[in-house]
Amino acid sequence: MSRRQPPGGQAPVVQRVRVRYAKRGPLRFTSHRDFARAFERALRRAGVPVAYSQGFTPHPKISYASAAPTGAASEAEYLELGLQAPMDPAALAAALDAALSPGLDVLDAVTVSTVVAGSGGSLADRMEASRWRIELPGVEPAMLRRAVAGFEAAERVPVQRLTKQGRRTLDARAAVAQIRVVEPVPEPVAAPSEVTGAPCAILECVVRQVTPSVRPDDVLSGLREVAGLEPPVPPKATRLAQGPLTVQGEIVDPLEADRGRMPTGSGD
Amino acid sequence: MPVESVWPRLEPLLPQVSKPIQYVGGELGAQVKDWDAAAVRWALMYPDAYEVGLPNQGVQILYEVLNELPDVLAERTYAVWPDLEALLRAHQVPQFTVDAHRPVGAFDLLGVSFATELGYTNLLSALDLAGIPLAAADRTGEHPLVVAGGHAAFNPEPIAEFLDAAVLGDGEEAVREITGIVRDWKAQGRPDGRDGLLLRLARTESVYVPRFYDVDYLPDGRIQRVVPNQADVPFRVHKRTTMDLDQWPYPKRPLVPLAETVHERYAVEIFRGCTRGCRFCQAGMITRPVRERSITTVGQMVANGLEASGFSEVGLLSLSSADHSEIGDMCSGLADRYQGSNVSLSLPSTRVDAFNVELAQELSRGGRRTGLTFAPEGGSERIRRVINKMVSEEDLIRTVVTAYTSGWRHVKLYFMCGLPTETDDDVRQIARLAHEVIRAGRAATGSREIKCTVSIGGFVPKPHTPFQWAGQCPAEVVDHRLALLKQEINTDRSLGRAIGYRYHDGQPSLIEGLLSRGDRRVGAVIRRAWQDGARFDGWSEHFSYQRWVTAAAQVLPEYGLDLDWFTTRERDQTEVMPWDHLDSGLDSDWLWQDWQASRSEVEQDDCRWTPCFDCGVCPGMDTEIQIGPTGRKLLPLTPV
Ligand code: SF4
Repeated sequence: MSRRQPPGGQAPVVQRVRVRYAKRGPLRFTSHRDFARAFERALRRAGVPVAYSQGFTPHPKISYASAAPTGAASEAEYLELGLQAPMDPAALAAALDAALSPGLDVLDAVTVSTVVAGSGGSLADRMEASRWRIELPGVEPAMLRRAVAGFEAAERVPVQRLTKQGRRTLDARAAVAQIRVVEPVPEPVAAPSEVTGAPCAILECVVRQVTPSVRPDDVLSGLREVAGLEPPVPPKATRLAQGPLTVQGEIVDPLEADRGRMPTGSGD
Repeated sequence: MPVESVWPRLEPLLPQVSKPIQYVGGELGAQVKDWDAAAVRWALMYPDAYEVGLPNQGVQILYEVLNELPDVLAERTYAVWPDLEALLRAHQVPQFTVDAHRPVGAFDLLGVSFATELGYTNLLSALDLAGIPLAAADRTGEHPLVVAGGHAAFNPEPIAEFLDAAVLGDGEEAVREITGIVRDWKAQGRPDGRDGLLLRLARTESVYVPRFYDVDYLPDGRIQRVVPNQADVPFRVHKRTTMDLDQWPYPKRPLVPLAETVHERYAVEIFRGCTRGCRFCQAGMITRPVRERSITTVGQMVANGLEASGFSEVGLLSLSSADHSEIGDMCSGLADRYQGSNVSLSLPSTRVDAFNVELAQELSRGGRRTGLTFAPEGGSERIRRVINKMVSEEDLIRTVVTAYTSGWRHVKLYFMCGLPTETDDDVRQIARLAHEVIRAGRAATGSREIKCTVSIGGFVPKPHTPFQWAGQCPAEVVDHRLALLKQEINTDRSLGRAIGYRYHDGQPSLIEGLLSRGDRRVGAVIRRAWQDGARFDGWSEHFSYQRWVTAAAQVLPEYGLDLDWFTTRERDQTEVMPWDHLDSGLDSDWLWQDWQASRSEVEQDDCRWTPCFDCGVCPGMDTEIQIGPTGRKLLPLTPV
């Protein structure tokens, strides 16, 4: 009896594009859901011919690879788009970047070559690890160095996290492939530094993509666990890179495989 | 003098609060202008959470209108949730704007738009966090002028103590005029200080400055009179009316938030005002006359708005959208234009007639079907005559059946409880109507799948309506009737199963009643409740009836008054109302006659299709009805 009909067939996917984007400055407080909404609007404003799913509430075909937590900045977020009409990836990146608020920045886009992609696997599969940089304002570098040494020496560092299912314990140590204290470099851009003159230790670590995932917060909990490190100000984490992990512990550009025979630099 | 951003101090607090993105700004359409280059600086506040405040049309329009002026800067601020409020206090970070995170206390003006009285306590929090003295009398030249607008400003007396000024009615022209006066006053070296500026504003006759009016009371507590205490300050302050909405096609650059908000759509007002004359409806009374935006302007605004925002939903807003003289062509034109584009169109209209169903069908042609709500408002024919809601039972049943046979499985029916002259039986009739709707719907569709939801709102008598004299229904009586209705719905198990029932208990309405019809003496109750922790009173999880009752009991006996005196007490014709010196254009004799007509169950027609019934607005405000049809059609858009 219902006159309700699903809307006519949606156009099929003719091109897949993988996009690298950043979440910077104040917009690091954008949650993944917030980003997804903003991104869908940006697609419409930029006139990107994205393909839609079938059904009463068609969704644009977008799949995200492990998104950074709310509050963490990132230089290396990735997603894949299905297009219903071809578009040059560079033009797509430029149009999307212009349509998004400054602070949500599109850095790169490549067309998935079906030939190469066949061997490269899905985008999410390539995300074996992330490199994080964590700024700890108010923490003496020496103190952080001691904590990191303790962390590295430990076999297991169980930490607790509050999840929707309640408190759960996970091992922060096993997922960490690399962890070190780096010397502060002068701020590249005019990012406001909150406690001028105060010490600011900087931590860099490479964390493997495991389930349940270990996040920068968990590493910090681990440092509290092993060395009682209590930063006086909430630390600021930035994901610098995400992708396949080499045996040397380096992270490779996950889009490199899609660039075919013309790989570019790792993009950092 | 440069003003520092509070961002460096705010940022470390944000990881500790829920939904930090709401405090970050950076929306599409947001503007950050040079502080030092601006001659006049406005902070605009919507006194509720960001998720409710951001989509507010009034604030978005004024934000854009003001920022279009080259030497004017406008930024926005919203109520912060208690988690951030505690942190701001602990770290001494002031109330800030989300645009450039500037301290609200540094602006020339703080304009606050009150859609409802339940935002009053949030105003106090914001003032306090901003370091602005709560009482206007304690402010000095370094503090912003605190100016109220929005529907609640038609009786700002309960918050008079906290306000420097209030503006009644449409804001587009008013904010420009106020800006001009502030600009001149500053350029001239601020002659006569704050009072000098307020006097200039008051003398325009359309800005109300409470401190220039004295209120005298009779021994029994009623108001004796309200008179100006300054030369050249008018006895009555008039509301503003923006004529020719085609000249004001705002918002042009809608604000598109990153945070999730209550409405994610491009909204365009298709007309302002309403003369259907529902007697409970303050919005309909204070926004007269009807002024339509033409079909072509609406079409243009929708096209631009979608392009600028990337929204996939369009809302065609007004007090009764199906009443636009060209609504049929507008809906089919837009439906044609956006067919197959994944843009959905909605028309929040609750008119009880088949035409409304037709429009909804037209708009859902593209696939997405929005909900249908009908608002008969009263359960019995008698009470519908009292409130002037001219809907017969037959109309209602026929309309809902049309909706069911057109494919809707579920409709919502909206009613009120606690209306003047209401009896238990009037409320019981709601159940009978709902049963009838289901029975007829099942018969017509042959399906037992159809459902309806009965949604009940508590009636609150409002200033500038024929019910301003009415005694508010006591909360116990409302609760009793709501319980009765629930029983009644379930007397028939089979029908009852198809009927959902939603209501709020009567207590919050009583406090809203106190704040709506209160006078200046209620200010102390608000202050006391706020000191006691009242915040976000429109949110059931934050509202505490007991807190308000206690505050009222602490404050009002001093005046020989109590909560009932302000709420459940019926007023007579001779009583001076706290808002009588504020002119909405409605003739008070006409309002009284309409109140009498209501009690005799006599209906009043709409002046759009019958002769003027002399409510007083058009001659009093020098305005006129502006409606179509223009005869124009929406042309298909050529994509650019
Ligand atoms: S004055 Fe007459 S025409 Fe104008 S709104 Fe009132 S009743 Fe309608």
